[in-house]
Amino acid sequence: MVCYLHLKPGGWALSKGDNTVLILGATSAIASALAREFAAHHFDLVLGGRDSEELGALASDLGLRYGVRARTLFFDALDTPAHAASLQTALSEIGNALAGAVVCIGYLGDQAKGQDDWEEARLILETNFTGCVSALNILASHFERRRAGFICAISSVAGDRGRQSNYLYGAAKAGLSVYLEGLRNRLYPAHVKVLTVKPGFVDTRMTYGRGGLFLVASPESVGKGIFRAIVKGKDVVYLPWFWGPVMLLVQSIPEAIFKRLRT
Amino acid sequence: MSQGFVTQPLSGWGRFPVEQCKVYRPESRRQLANILESCEQPSFISYGLGRSYGDASLNSRGGVVRHTRLNRFLAFDAQAGVLECEAGVSLAEIIHYFLPRGFFLPVTPGTKFVTVGGAIAADVHGKNHHQDGTFGNFVLDFQLLKSDGEQLSCSSNNNSEVFWATLGGMGLTGVILSARIKLRPVTSAWVLVDYQKATNLEDALGRMTESDVRYQYSVAWIDCLATGRHTGRAILMRGNHASANELPAKIRRPLAEPSHARWTVPFSFPSLALNSITVGTFNCLYYGSHRNSARQLVDFEKFFYPLDAIYHWNRMYGRRGFVQYQVALPLEGGLEGLKELLTRLARSRRASFLAVLKRFGKSDPGLLSFPIEGYTLALDLPVASGLIPLLHELDRMVLNYGGRIYLAKDAVMTSQTFAAMYPNLGKFRAIKSKLDPHGLLSSSQARRLGIVER
Repeated sequence: MVCYLHLKPGGWALSKGDNTVLILGATSAIASALAREFAAHHFDLVLGGRDSEELGALASDLGLRYGVRARTLFFDALDTPAHAASLQTALSEIGNALAGAVVCIGYLGDQAKGQDDWEEARLILETNFTGCVSALNILASHFERRRAGFICAISSVAGDRGRQSNYLYGAAKAGLSVYLEGLRNRLYPAHVKVLTVKPGFVDTRMTYGRGGLFLVASPESVGKGIFRAIVKGKDVVYLPWFWGPVMLLVQSIPEAIFKRLRT
Repeated sequence: MSQGFVTQPLSGWGRFPVEQCKVYRPESRRQLANILESCEQPSFISYGLGRSYGDASLNSRGGVVRHTRLNRFLAFDAQAGVLECEAGVSLAEIIHYFLPRGFFLPVTPGTKFVTVGGAIAADVHGKNHHQDGTFGNFVLDFQLLKSDGEQLSCSSNNNSEVFWATLGGMGLTGVILSARIKLRPVTSAWVLVDYQKATNLEDALGRMTESDVRYQYSVAWIDCLATGRHTGRAILMRGNHASANELPAKIRRPLAEPSHARWTVPFSFPSLALNSITVGTFNCLYYGSHRNSARQLVDFEKFFYPLDAIYHWNRMYGRRGFVQYQVALPLEGGLEGLKELLTRLARSRRASFLAVLKRFGKSDPGLLSFPIEGYTLALDLPVASGLIPLLHELDRMVLNYGGRIYLAKDAVMTSQTFAAMYPNLGKFRAIKSKLDPHGLLSSSQARRLGIVER
């Protein structure tokens, strides 16, 4: 299988044969779009998630459209005790073909409910932070030993500043962003690239039917953006790009003013 | 938990009528099932790519379920040419991915921007109806999500009653999840077409009756503004798939999708842009510019989907939209019926930019399938004052000749006319009430036509 990633100065090297990508949380709209992007560039895929019917449909679709091999893996972000066993099995099966791994696990949840209902708050925190960290720990050690590969995780612009409308989700994503920063620092000597993706509003189930959203991007364009950022070996990417300057602006608002805003 | 919907004005391809609908867009089968189960709306109807013309996929009193994100290819048997895919897959996608492997659609309507689910629900036909029947003829089986959440596998042997009710059943029997379709093996993306001019309607129909058997595909463009002895003058376009060895050497990849310039109509034209003078002028030029010619090599895009090259062509009919009026008339009396229709239409000076005539083969077993052996005529009529009474007048004419109106195009028919045109309605209703006793599946069209009560 041909590898279509090209070498860039400062980017990372992919040897031929590194043609499989592992995606956890593969049934989300962004993950499916990214999977299609990888498949269109001739990568085989291992799709991890809970809904085996959906994973199966996505896997056969990728196989039929792009002629790549796509397998499925049962993976439940919340079942952290099971992570080691299920991921180790998958990693040893894929072996040296693994080019990298993407963690697309996310749950927006219900902020208002989560403020009083600990179960909802816990679900938000565990899905977006604990569950991701558990998986990323295992992946990090794997790639560190191999001294090659990439790790990518979907964080969010919501993690850049706490807002009353979604700070439980935002806090978990902020934690994830900081974790990824540290991980990037740790894996730098091992030549493993770590990419933090911070999408703005994306037209997915998470946002569909919610009013007051603006500049909503399609999952396809975000999938393409993630793929490009991985190829370029970027550290952090805002998608679409204008969320970078927007969040810079939002972060520059003094707290004394920000706390008074209805955000 | 609320399933999340967007309230938005929605219309079919004719942009008439426009209705406020609550639109859902599930991303998984489970979510789709949850939406039906939630009973958040009194009823639901599936919506594919919005290419039915009227209100068949609208639901002003309930929810509309878009299948855009349920569009996965599930399996392909290259030996048998059988594709299994979800209902949201478009015919364009099938061509894009399977034509290079030597397969084409067994039946295709005049646009490839329709979904497999929509093609089944409307039991669509194509230029090869006289040879091959409707799309349903090539559906081996499908999975139907019933309103009670149960999934039913249907084919002509298995749950056959539901199968025949769903083909042409306009999405009212259940939600079509996926289907297995038999594709047509081809060796090239090209069609060999014969063009013949017919001086009037008799001439056109005579040629079709005489020689349609020689062609897999046959259709005629007709000038519906021509009057007197030229009434129904037409250009016949009939052809067969070209095999790879019939292509000139310069076409290196016989199965490659040809690339064409795409145009977009950027805004709604003024309502008067298409009037009897502009259309009449166009028709004269179009008729005059065609010559009788044989075995012209035409790529499939140009032959099957000439209008797909112009995105949003429906905007040419202006802000108020248009009605596509498609009738089928039986062989017996068909000629007189068509003449009467065309004369009445020419007298009304309503210009149809597009008028397409075709001979239908044997009728199809779908309970509400449209084709009857005879002729079919499709006209695009811009919405203007007086149009609806005129269409009701035409409906009566069609009924007198034993004809009927195509549900995928219909926007104005009355329930009485519909019941008289579709004798299997009673049978359909009985099956529907067994499958969906609480009437969870309903559309604006179904209510207008009295197929359902609410």
